[in-house]
Amino acid sequence: MLSKTFAELGFPGRLIAVEGIDGSGKSTQIYLVKRWLEQQGLKVFFSEWNSSELVKSATSRGKKTNLLTPTTFSLIHATDFADRYERQLVPLLRAGYLVLCDRYVFTAFARDVVRGCPPDWVRGIYGFAARPDLTFFFRTTLEVSLQRIRDSRRELKYFEAGMDLRLATDPEESYNIFQGRLLEQYLAMSREFGFHVIDANQPVEAQQSLVRPLLADRIPLADYAAQ
Amino acid sequence: MPRSKVTRTVSAPAPCSVDEPRPRPRAARVPVPRRTPKRYYGHGVPGIPADTLSGKLIVVEGADGSGRSTQIARLVAWLESHGHGTVQVGLKRSSLVREELERAQAGNILSRTTLSLFYATDFADQIENVILPALKAGFMVLADRYIYTLMARDIVRGIDEVWLRNLYGIALAPDVVFYLEVSPEELVQRNFAKSHALDYWESGMDLGLSRDMFDSFVQYQRLIIEQFRRLQRTYAFTIVNGDRSADEISRELQQKIATVLFGQR
Repeated sequence: MLSKTFAELGFPGRLIAVEGIDGSGKSTQIYLVKRWLEQQGLKVFFSEWNSSELVKSATSRGKKTNLLTPTTFSLIHATDFADRYERQLVPLLRAGYLVLCDRYVFTAFARDVVRGCPPDWVRGIYGFAARPDLTFFFRTTLEVSLQRIRDSRRELKYFEAGMDLRLATDPEESYNIFQGRLLEQYLAMSREFGFHVIDANQPVEAQQSLVRPLLADRIPLADYAAQ
Repeated sequence: MPRSKVTRTVSAPAPCSVDEPRPRPRAARVPVPRRTPKRYYGHGVPGIPADTLSGKLIVVEGADGSGRSTQIARLVAWLESHGHGTVQVGLKRSSLVREELERAQAGNILSRTTLSLFYATDFADQIENVILPALKAGFMVLADRYIYTLMARDIVRGIDEVWLRNLYGIALAPDVVFYLEVSPEELVQRNFAKSHALDYWESGMDLGLSRDMFDSFVQYQRLIIEQFRRLQRTYAFTIVNGDRSADEISRELQQKIATVLFGQR
């Protein structure tokens, strides 16, 4: 499962995924990559985790009413991913697009396992998906990502802090334990799936200066020009 | 749990007489079913060991028009008249995703893996929130279809069986599974007698077997029957000839259930 990349499977398009814990700054980085590619007149599509319209209403009901268990949490996210994968990602990759994914199956591998689902079961479920052609992992320390969440917006979200796991009553403490465990899972997967690890404690620009050349080096961007 | 002490009730007075389709008032003494070992097909549901489940899971499988609901209604009446608590479950009844699943089917907008996972989510929600709690409390849980229908439908649509087995590793192996097998020709007649129409999904129209709905229905049901016969070898369920009268079928189901509840008699 996930043994082949889209390139290896003969797709003309390429899939680039970013991963990292909440507050790692990965969404900012992928957005800047998207703008950069678009300005070059390339065929680009951006897809976010947990964004299939139909599935989303079930997910948010489940989250709101606390109906979700580790098993249903896992399955409903897999449903969402499958919907986007089959209806959007695959057709666009067939049509030669550069597809940018804010989170990919590795998010599920990390989260579901931390929530107590067996790793083999989770990986088996996502067995229909191919491996990204390029995966960037934005590695931050917990202090930095927590600070970023505090600076940028808002209170910690219930599931982001892993409050459903009852690790601690204080959201920040819970966040630290939960995201710490996620970080461990990500790092354990890093070599297996060939993540390009970017030090995400650095300034935004410094990270982008690492990401862009790497991407240009791995993917012949000129091939993806829109007519 | 008080029931956990019970081992055998062979000496109990006349448990579950089988040959009456319509229940009559029973003797006041209600024998407690014997405890049988339970297991999950795979890792199961974390935190709920199978050996804590004292109730019985009874599954009735079969196409629309095979007489499933009739038989389940009769079983419920029969079991309750003998003093057993019952709970009923079925596909697409979870509070988590039922609504979205129905919307998706109405618009026919989901691709096969997505639909498969949607159904699995619905199933998981019910197993965790209804089936297992009821079994823990010693109820007879009657399932109107179970994972076998979901698997058969998916396999016919080209989904990998190994993938499905992993997915449904969360399922509990039932105490007894009946498959009401009815020939496609007879199913057509029963569906028409009931509603004068064939259902889009039960006709497998999404598969493009034939543009003619009647043809598609017959071909699709034949494919499903084939899969059920194949799955039967793995999951050892009881294939019931559903072409017979409802009374005859009831009697067969009751006999088998009495054996499951109270052992060979």
